Amino acid sequence: MTQWIAANPKIFIVALQNHLWLTGVALSAVLLIALPLGLLLTRQRRFANAAMAIVNILRTVPSLALLVIMLPLLGTGFLPSVVALTLYGLPALLLNTYTGLTEVDADIVDAARGQGFSDHQVMTRIEIPLALPVIFAGIRTAAVQIVSAATLAAFIGGGGLGELITAGMANFNFPQLIAGAVAVALLALSVEIGFAGIERLMTRQLRMGAS
Amino acid sequence: MSWTLENWDRLLIALWEHIQLVGAGLAIALAIGLPLGVLSARRPGFALVVLLVSGALYTVPALAIFALLIPYLGLGFWPAIVALVAYALLIIIRNVATGLQEISPDILDAADGMGYGKWRRLFAIELPLALPVIIAGIRITVVTQVSVATVAAFINAGGLGDIIFQGITQDFGEKVVVGAVVTSALAVLCDESLRRVELRLRANQAEAA
Repeated sequence: MTQWIAANPKIFIVALQNHLWLTGVALSAVLLIALPLGLLLTRQRRFANAAMAIVNILRTVPSLALLVIMLPLLGTGFLPSVVALTLYGLPALLLNTYTGLTEVDADIVDAARGQGFSDHQVMTRIEIPLALPVIFAGIRTAAVQIVSAATLAAFIGGGGLGELITAGMANFNFPQLIAGAVAVALLALSVEIGFAGIERLMTRQLRMGAS
Repeated sequence: MSWTLENWDRLLIALWEHIQLVGAGLAIALAIGLPLGVLSARRPGFALVVLLVSGALYTVPALAIFALLIPYLGLGFWPAIVALVAYALLIIIRNVATGLQEISPDILDAADGMGYGKWRRLFAIELPLALPVIIAGIRITVVTQVSVATVAAFINAGGLGDIIFQGITQDFGEKVVVGAVVTSALAVLCDESLRRVELRLRANQAEAA
């Protein structure tokens, strides 16, 4: 495996770069969509139930199905992969943003209003900071899901480390296959461990801020 | 839709293979996960190690697990089952342990006072009370396995993923879409029916209490 990487450094680095690029763009899109949308839904409760029902169905759709359904719609390549990965990561963060914000203690919000906080201040100083741990847990889930599902982007020509696995399988090149599999496994594990670490640091900071 | 209409038998066979993969994977995962979950609820140190290992397995992408198993187990149904079991363990063990730990100590004391032995208490009191949480775990597991089983076609394990991969290599859009839609429908159906079972169980327990 390491021999294969040493002999083909360019192929490996391009695959890794593509994988990180796919994951980064899709995760950014998830953040840009889910955070404002989750906040908006807490203000529009009438739509919230319908939206959550749709999100729950989207959450159950298998990652491979979501990716390949893009073939007739957007063809092959980077764009359809990013769209599918964004849709795949969206439910986790949207659900957590919405639940995190709705579960903020109503008494605290009332107390803040009583002290003369405006709606905007209640949102930025009370609701969002208190919901932050739940929201961040959603970001972590979305990130791990996306980095993992990005492996399957290889099936629709989206590149990434999955391509080493599919190409290795097609050419009976097992060192290449294993190199891709081990690299993507390590990448997913480091994303999980990295985000878990940040989460722990954040909760500690919040607790220190509260006391 | 012409391919689907002419080949609905092939679609049904693929669906049946898919259900077999998930069914066998779930059965074996439960056989391993239930005892490990019970032990985890009793011993925090054991729980830490088991959850760490099964958590790591859960994080590894499906395609990578299938690829890594090829040199050891080759291709086909059984290697796919090994991967499906590896994916299921975390959620089953975690939910069995949580379900058992959430039972009120008063109930356990009452059972002890009535002379229930360790095993009778576990099977007659604890596991039935933990059942809604365990079913919730099975629900997540089944949905995950329906998804992972789609990728299992990559190592020739059959199932609905086979229709999708055939469609991709033959550049045949209808097969890809039909495969994806039937897989998604299966996942949504499993999720919804297990959610109802879970709600019914919770309602029954609330009534009894």
